[in-house]
Amino acid sequence: MIDFRMPSLGADMEAGTLVEWRVKPGDRVKRGDVIAVVETQKGAIEVEVFSAGVVSELVVSVGTKLPVGTVMARFDAGAAERPAPAAAPPVVPTPVAPPAVAIPPVAAPPPAAPQVAPLAVLPVTAPAEPLPTAVAGHVPASPAARRRAAERGIALDRLTGSGPGGAVTLADVEAASAEAPTVPPPVPPPVPPTTPGPTRRGGFDPAAMRQAIAAAMSRSKREIPHYYLAQTVEVTAALARLERLNRDRAPPERLLPAALLLRATALALAKTPELNGFWEDGHFRPGDGVHIGWATSLRGGGLIAPAIRDADKRSLDELMAAMRDVVRRARGGGVRSSELTDPTLTVTSLGERGAESVLPIINPPQVAMVGFGRIVTRPWVVDGAIGPRPVITLTLAGDHRASDGHRGGLLLVEIDRLLQEAETL
Amino acid sequence: MNKAEAKALIFEVLLGIAPEAELDKLPGNAQLRDELDLDSMDFLDFVAAVHERTGIDIPEAEYGRLATLDDAVAYLAR
Repeated sequence: MIDFRMPSLGADMEAGTLVEWRVKPGDRVKRGDVIAVVETQKGAIEVEVFSAGVVSELVVSVGTKLPVGTVMARFDAGAAERPAPAAAPPVVPTPVAPPAVAIPPVAAPPPAAPQVAPLAVLPVTAPAEPLPTAVAGHVPASPAARRRAAERGIALDRLTGSGPGGAVTLADVEAASAEAPTVPPPVPPPVPPTTPGPTRRGGFDPAAMRQAIAAAMSRSKREIPHYYLAQTVEVTAALARLERLNRDRAPPERLLPAALLLRATALALAKTPELNGFWEDGHFRPGDGVHIGWATSLRGGGLIAPAIRDADKRSLDELMAAMRDVVRRARGGGVRSSELTDPTLTVTSLGERGAESVLPIINPPQVAMVGFGRIVTRPWVVDGAIGPRPVITLTLAGDHRASDGHRGGLLLVEIDRLLQEAETL
Repeated sequence: MNKAEAKALIFEVLLGIAPEAELDKLPGNAQLRDELDLDSMDFLDFVAAVHERTGIDIPEAEYGRLATLDDAVAYLAR
């Protein structure tokens, strides 16, 4: 029997609220399946399971706030496919022990005292439909549906979702919108004390998000001896490449400079493994690939940095598509738990309206972070003469426990070199 | 497309990107990206959505002609 525990989805996370079960007892799951949705300070996250098996018990009920490490469900790893038992033995409430296995592989959280008693018994005949979502603001819905509903003033919790797991789809919203052009404002359902207040917007509570960022960054500043490096990089070749590529493309297929910056960073990082991984229990653990956390700011404040996995193995177009997908889900919902724990290094790109340079704060347990400022035109010496050139300030924050400035400098020099040869990226 | 249709289309697209925006209060000469806090990805989404609905292939070099609401209306209604 395998215990599935509330995962730690970041250095800052202490607890999460179960919003939805996506499985029921008797269901077969395989590694990577989404089994639940958990509300965290960083919004609603789809939680994946890390081993195959058959669900034998759902230990906690929807709406419960659970400290990291609390047993949420039990799986039978060796069970053959079989129907759900007709009657399950009552669940014995067990005190929450420190997690035997940290799931997913991040620093093991401190043992947490259970603040909420586990459910005594769950209905064995779990409904085939999704469990009722009693909690305000937690209706599963696609980002497009959420947006459209907001536009039309339709309350999502009044709709019956036809999507996966009962999620409200765009079509459901359109149908409701056609039936009832003027929907009266819904009576706000009572908000249980464990859920964020009415300020929540776009799937997260800005105040809770701010607390989460503050906690993670405080830990970073307290524990990580940062060193900082900067390099000004000419991007004439990179912009020329983009201009050529984009000229013949329709808008939806166009690339942003960020795709080139990301690709150069990923390729350079693959050659600098000391900066790609995690600081855990006093040791450096290299990443199992180059998984770039793409820092994404959210409307209304806050940011998250979901992983773009194996970024060094993806083409420019694939990276652009991955960035679009990650940004869309970061802002609209549907980020998966592994995407928050996989990143082996975070990249922040301030973009066209950002400042010229950024001195990043490392996102623990990672050991480095790369920053790109805004592209600006500056006097630049080329072949002994000064001319205007587009340049970008590339920065690195490194963890001195894991590397030194020499190694960090090699990363920046390699990113620079690759951007000068942008035709090959 | 006339100006009223262009404006309606622009509002619809912008609401998809910035659902909280109060577009009725948006000054016609304000910079859209500053006023609505649109980043590079948001603006590309805006251009792509306008393209998909109108077929107008806004080249990158002409992005500057959609900088304000008035500019964008004039560009689409030309």
